[in-house]
Amino acid sequence: MKLKELMGKASPLRSGDVLAGVAASSQEERVRARLELAEVPLRRFLDEPLVPYEDDEVTRLICDSHDEGAFGAVGWLCVGEFRDWLLEASAEELSAVAAGVTPEMAAAVSKLMRVQDLILVASKIRVVTRFRTTIGLAGRMSTRLQPNHPSDDLKGIAASMLDGLSLGSGDACIGVNPATDSVRVLVDILKMIDGVRERLEIPTQSCVLGHVTTQMEAMKAGAPVDLVFQSIGGTEGTNRSFGIDLAMLDEAYEMARSLGRGENVMYFETGQGSALSAGAHHGMDQQTCEARAYAVARRYRPLLVNTVVGFIGPEYLYDGKQIARAGLEDHFCGKLLGVPMGCDVCYTNHAEADGDDMDGLLTLLGAAGCNYIMGVPGADDIMLHYQSTSFHDALYLRRLLGLRPAPEFEAWLAKKPEVLEQTWLLT
Amino acid sequence: MAIDLSRFTGARVGLERRGESLSTREVLGFDLDHARARDAVWMEMDAGSLGFEHVLVESMARDRKSYLLRPDLGRRVAGRLSFVGCEVAIVVSDGLSALAVHRHAAEMVARLKELLPVGIVVVAVRGRVAIGDEIGEQVGAKVVVMLIGERPGLTSPDSLGAYVTYGPRVGRTDAERNCVSNIRAEGLSYRAAAELIAYLAREAGTRKLSGVRLKGDATPYVIDGAGADSGD
Repeated sequence: MKLKELMGKASPLRSGDVLAGVAASSQEERVRARLELAEVPLRRFLDEPLVPYEDDEVTRLICDSHDEGAFGAVGWLCVGEFRDWLLEASAEELSAVAAGVTPEMAAAVSKLMRVQDLILVASKIRVVTRFRTTIGLAGRMSTRLQPNHPSDDLKGIAASMLDGLSLGSGDACIGVNPATDSVRVLVDILKMIDGVRERLEIPTQSCVLGHVTTQMEAMKAGAPVDLVFQSIGGTEGTNRSFGIDLAMLDEAYEMARSLGRGENVMYFETGQGSALSAGAHHGMDQQTCEARAYAVARRYRPLLVNTVVGFIGPEYLYDGKQIARAGLEDHFCGKLLGVPMGCDVCYTNHAEADGDDMDGLLTLLGAAGCNYIMGVPGADDIMLHYQSTSFHDALYLRRLLGLRPAPEFEAWLAKKPEVLEQTWLLT
Repeated sequence: MAIDLSRFTGARVGLERRGESLSTREVLGFDLDHARARDAVWMEMDAGSLGFEHVLVESMARDRKSYLLRPDLGRRVAGRLSFVGCEVAIVVSDGLSALAVHRHAAEMVARLKELLPVGIVVVAVRGRVAIGDEIGEQVGAKVVVMLIGERPGLTSPDSLGAYVTYGPRVGRTDAERNCVSNIRAEGLSYRAAAELIAYLAREAGTRKLSGVRLKGDATPYVIDGAGADSGD
């Protein structure tokens, strides 16, 4: 069987793979595919790219950036043995192997792992990044404060932002999804957030998640751009559907670096199903496509990368069980590849999921050492119409597992001004 | 003096706490909103009581679950419509919220018929946005206006979306449509929505195109964004 076909059949059941026609047709076929996958040598993934080298620039990136030296530690193993190796490996061994692991190897081994394996191995890997805060340290869990507003009203955004700051949210970044992707809207929001950050001396970074080209225009217009954001996928065609390619990301990365505002300057979002949605999955299962997106991400040494796991809808991840497994797979694969992985623990109202499912995934990700989650007022994003995690959810997780915010932000919280008395911002 | 943040946004700010968690009242209030949104998604459209004349068709999705799992089936018509030949066809579909159609479709259809040369109104059960392409092609409409229930937000279970497509035929992409979103009591008014849709439909007919290229230089304002969430 072709490797690509085997990967699809070995994948845990999810609606997107059924929709794509790559899923196993019975439970037994699924487990038999896993038994066969366990015997596949890791090296076969280097010899048999799932998408041809000539056809896809993400494949070329994966092949050309593969570190044969780092791969040496696991190069003689089969996928099943790789799982065993991961369970026994030390934190140092896991960090050292990252550059030798391809996304397809990570995806393959994840298909043989139980939920507890995904949690245990990920929890051993720290991927630490820095801008004004340090994110991903052991015993820490950060939040992206997400104060979206359906008409990009600056006072409306500010109100949600103050609410979040008062509840200790925002150490990963303050990141707004604009309702309108225009330079003027981006510049206005960026200036407002940056003004608040400077006035209240908040150690964090801001981002307005427009299209990368709009953010580049904003940079040219002199806007205070900390992080440059883009949605990315695991094939060239998926990225084209987002209106980007690697050359464009290269240009944005250089431009953001040249501003000299921080060390890690990029922010990426991903999510299983985007490749199929774009008709650009090349017959691969959606989780393998997703892992390939992390190869795109790691090229740019990003501050933040998160899967928006339940956003895409039930035709890709049908229910709470599928969403939870996908979130843990994405976090594990990202960390194994050396990506600073967070997660937007989320669901839409047409998925078979609810707040209880999110509480479960949130808690499991906390145990797995997830770098950050989202902070949305009351978990209800009134612009994007989906439910994520709330400021209170983050407080719950920190208290339950003894997790703390990023150290710089923690110090600010200890002496922070009365955020809710900042009337100047709203008058 | 702390500010009342809820004056500035519809977001769930300033929530009541017990310890670091939300109070019982907040949790149950959230659950009630989620329950309403869930019910809207699973509600079957009652085509018999929509209150306007129409031709009824079904998509190839046979039930709500199949509709949710197979977007491709929701884009195709089961059966075939007769050729009419007209400037504008209106297609009404439950999409992801039959509630939106029950509440707003009759008023929107009536207003659009006053503003546009509408040749036929078709109701498509369990349709996605693109089902309007096949219907428009079969009835021979130059422009199709699709009215469809949008994916319910937590406090907007009844939001209606509208898509304007010039030269409808199977295979049109979303980049070839113009979207007017968030039509509901707390969102865009019937009057404003109908005028905007009529403007887009007229422009599309005159300039023989719709979508990104129409929006680029002719439209004063188009509400984007949330529209992409509806049953596309």
